[in-house]
Amino acid sequence: MNDTLIPLILGMAAVTYIPRLLPFLLLNRLRIPHKVNAFLKAIPVAAIGALIVPGVLTATPDMPAAALAGMGFTLIYGMFRGGIIVPVLGAVGISWLMLALAG
Amino acid sequence: MTTGSETHGSPPMEIRGAVQAGIPIFIGYFPAAVAFGILAKGCSTSLLEAFMFSAVVFAGASQFIALNLLMTGMGPGGIILTTLLVNFRHFLMSAYLSTRLRNLARKTYFLLAFGVTDEVFSVLSFHKKALTPRFVFFLELSAWSGWVSGTVCGYVLGGFLPDILTQSMGVALYALLLAILMPALKTSRVTVFLAVLSAVLNTLLIWLDLFPAGWTIIVCILVVAFAGAMLTPGKKEVTCE
Repeated sequence: MNDTLIPLILGMAAVTYIPRLLPFLLLNRLRIPHKVNAFLKAIPVAAIGALIVPGVLTATPDMPAAALAGMGFTLIYGMFRGGIIVPVLGAVGISWLMLALAG
Repeated sequence: MTTGSETHGSPPMEIRGAVQAGIPIFIGYFPAAVAFGILAKGCSTSLLEAFMFSAVVFAGASQFIALNLLMTGMGPGGIILTTLLVNFRHFLMSAYLSTRLRNLARKTYFLLAFGVTDEVFSVLSFHKKALTPRFVFFLELSAWSGWVSGTVCGYVLGGFLPDILTQSMGVALYALLLAILMPALKTSRVTVFLAVLSAVLNTLLIWLDLFPAGWTIIVCILVVAFAGAMLTPGKKEVTCE
């Protein structure tokens, strides 16, 4: 590959950035009908389930159970306590422990 | 979800809050970006090109896909089209965020839109306080720093992270998404139903292999958000002003 990749990278940047930008410019001052708003408000929950599954099953390719055990900790911790840092670091720690013990 | 209006701390406090919220994203992005840097070097890109990929495209999965396609000899047109398809889900995420960031100056949107990744979007979605441009910017900057610094470290240092650590740190992003969703899962059965529906539907669609990369999640968001809108009791929210 002797050719520079910079034009390709800029092209990729443009087609990534424009869909990220357009909704802000289009919807910013628009009066949003109630039903459309209800749809937009439901997007986060709709997205997160799909962002987690099935990706998490291949997060620790050597041993999928390690990622699942980590997620189990996050789930159980989250039932009783709030916060983000402890459930995230705990999940990483448990996954690491399981991979280390198995390895 | 929440369109709260709790008061904000001073600007330094707000920046601190944003960086704190960004730490789990940083932890998750860094090792993934190290892997990208290593792969980029393996594909004989220059350090500047690897840096530029992460600094100006800033979209994880599509960057890995682009490297793979480059190695297969695909031309720039095909790679750019694939990137558009893979990253188009952010259109829906920005559409949601626009309901939380209304009536700002145009140039503010130009700046903030750049950093809308899956994880930034997820953290912002469930941030209880009203979103301010300052909070959004510093959260995005934390995420971007993890991605760009990881890329450069991976390119320069190679596989300096033990494999076990890389894998376990990769769990951080999924744990982050779950932790963000937990409060809503605990208080609403509809949320549990919708999240499970989204997960099952995505798994099914990926297994059926009907859509190009990145589009199963778009289908999931459209279908599940539509179901969510139907299931949510219609409180008359004022969305303007």
